[in-house]
Amino acid sequence: MSNGLKQQAFQVRYGLGAVVAVVASLAVGVLVDPNLTFRVSYAVSFVVLAAVGLAIIFGIMGVINLAHGEFILLGAYATTLSAVKGGLPLPLAMGVGALVTALFGLTVERVVISGFVPNWIGRRTVGRDLITPFYDRLADSMVATFGLSLIMTQGARIVFGNSIEQIGVPFGSTAGYPDYRIALVGVAAGVLALVYVLFTQTTFGTRVRATMQDEETAKALGVDTERVYMVTFAIGSGLAGFTGALFAPLLSMQPTLGDQFLVEAFVAVVVGGASVVVGTSLSGLLLGPVDALFSDQFGEFAGRIALLFAAMLALRFLPGGITGVVDRVRDRIEEGS
Amino acid sequence: MATEPSTGEHSGSPLARLRRRLEGPNTVGNSRRYWVGFAVAVLALVALPIATGGTGAQFSLFLVLALLGLSLSLVWGYAGVLSFGQVVFFGIGAYTFGVVSINFPTPGGITGAVIAGTVAGAVVAGLLGYFMFYGGVRNVYVTIITLVSTLVMLTFMSQTAGSEWTIGEAALGGFNGMPAIPLLTLGVEGVFTFQFVFNDYEVFVPLLGTRTFDPFYYLSLVVLLLAYLGLRVLVNTDFGRVLVAIREDEDRTMMFGYNVERAKLVAFTIGGGLAGLAGVLYAARNVYIDPSVFQLYFATLPVVWVSVGGRKSLLGAVVATIGVEYVRLALGGELALVAVGALLLLSILFLPGGIVPWIDERLSGSQVPVADVDGPDARAEVSDS
Repeated sequence: MSNGLKQQAFQVRYGLGAVVAVVASLAVGVLVDPNLTFRVSYAVSFVVLAAVGLAIIFGIMGVINLAHGEFILLGAYATTLSAVKGGLPLPLAMGVGALVTALFGLTVERVVISGFVPNWIGRRTVGRDLITPFYDRLADSMVATFGLSLIMTQGARIVFGNSIEQIGVPFGSTAGYPDYRIALVGVAAGVLALVYVLFTQTTFGTRVRATMQDEETAKALGVDTERVYMVTFAIGSGLAGFTGALFAPLLSMQPTLGDQFLVEAFVAVVVGGASVVVGTSLSGLLLGPVDALFSDQFGEFAGRIALLFAAMLALRFLPGGITGVVDRVRDRIEEGS
Repeated sequence: MATEPSTGEHSGSPLARLRRRLEGPNTVGNSRRYWVGFAVAVLALVALPIATGGTGAQFSLFLVLALLGLSLSLVWGYAGVLSFGQVVFFGIGAYTFGVVSINFPTPGGITGAVIAGTVAGAVVAGLLGYFMFYGGVRNVYVTIITLVSTLVMLTFMSQTAGSEWTIGEAALGGFNGMPAIPLLTLGVEGVFTFQFVFNDYEVFVPLLGTRTFDPFYYLSLVVLLLAYLGLRVLVNTDFGRVLVAIREDEDRTMMFGYNVERAKLVAFTIGGGLAGLAGVLYAARNVYIDPSVFQLYFATLPVVWVSVGGRKSLLGAVVATIGVEYVRLALGGELALVAVGALLLLSILFLPGGIVPWIDERLSGSQVPVADVDGPDARAEVSDS
């Protein structure tokens, strides 16, 4: 059997096993202690949703987007404004939020990350490229996107003031827990499934993974890597915007709302490693309960500290992230079989 | 050693010997013209309070922060370790200074507190660095760990409002911070003591009349000068060359038989001590310290300064810190953050090597590609993770 097929078989077998295990433990949890189960699974989906856009951009482009929290802010603001001021129904407003952020991400990619627009102007005026693309320049991309995040936070404050009117939380509640948050758990799972299908089952996904693995070879084989990067960044931004849209009814609409996501997102991506779906979902499953249980027992502060310490320990002992461990385990099983 | 034949002086004279130690390929400004300019700049800084009519009390903040910028320039620009955690050591230095000096509010005690704050910064940096570098944590993961430790410190210090968080006489004070830090008085009782803050004294300057001076301004100027010159010597030693080699290609340096972990740890510890000293001076200047020094925004400011000025240049860190902070305070209010963000974005886009190396390149007409930041260190990072 070829290596690729073997890998796929492995993924299907163990991936399905993991999904079944998670669903089963959820079912048991709902029967035993519904409220606690809801809280833990909400914490997991919070981490997953916070991280997924960042994970895509980091894993595929090697760009660390420190403005990730502000992309979420943009999605949340666009949703809230189109629902409250524009009178759109909530699902439509959420679509608007995701779309606006995706378009904004596209602009950022063209102007800053790839430097396409400045270089085009540069070639027309002074006859040379003005900047080098930020792909795989981790430190520089961090600095540049941090500048962007400062501008966006402060821009939101100047334009919209210190807070804007909020959308009410839809739905009622079950076992003393808001239904909307329970729905978010399902949405998080759906987002992960969609991302998985997009990157593994479509031609576009194959191109993306080829670019990620070896840009030069992919280019030689006819993949338009420039476009792959552009679309990837837009998808990552769109997902960040969608996260903002989803959490818009739950958070107070301040220019700093992105900060609450940034820590969880970074920790999850770093702990997860380079693989988007496997890494993000596993680190969500690891970090979410840690956060929820410690917050429950010792208050929100302890949850935060526990999360950060879990991340530091994970980094110390798993330098390749969870993805690295999964890869190693898989290799060992395959050798054995 | 023969890389700079331009010195042209005999090795006998002590000045020439000093100059040779200060110069090398790792720093910009190895010409006589540079040192003349440098002397003029120092004189201008000395004369600044006289010329502007102020006491220099405001400007001393920039000098203290420039020390923090220098610490990051060493760690990031030379050792290649991008740290968002310099403010951790800065804050720990400041808090240690506060705690020790409140408990021992005598000149001797306060002098000890200065040393304690500096050492605390270095020790914490050493511990964190040991944990990271010997634990095999590399590249971007080091950056993330330092970012996370900043957030840990912010969360931790913000909840120390209760009375159980009291060390001796000193209450840490949570969000409200630690007020009433004793005035910075250095020396030993009975021998010689001098109070550096809130001790403006008047001096008659010929032609200009009576002017008031803030001794703290001159203290921070001297400390900054010594730190700058000291780091210049350090990065031009063999150790400095090893650091630069690690920055350029860590694996190759390791293959050549250098102890990469130890070199990074030493640089990180020195950077931590320097940041701790900056924190001490910051707390002494404001007579107050609060957890806002651990905020994400403050944590990223050193990165802004160093990347605007040129991370591979110590001078760039100093110049850009003073410049950026001056602009930030002068603009004030809402637009300051937008301006800082735009400055950062534009400088990293168009001058990824920084302003000072760019100017140096223009002035000296050298063909050394200082803007070449897209080195091999940045290449291998994602692929092997």
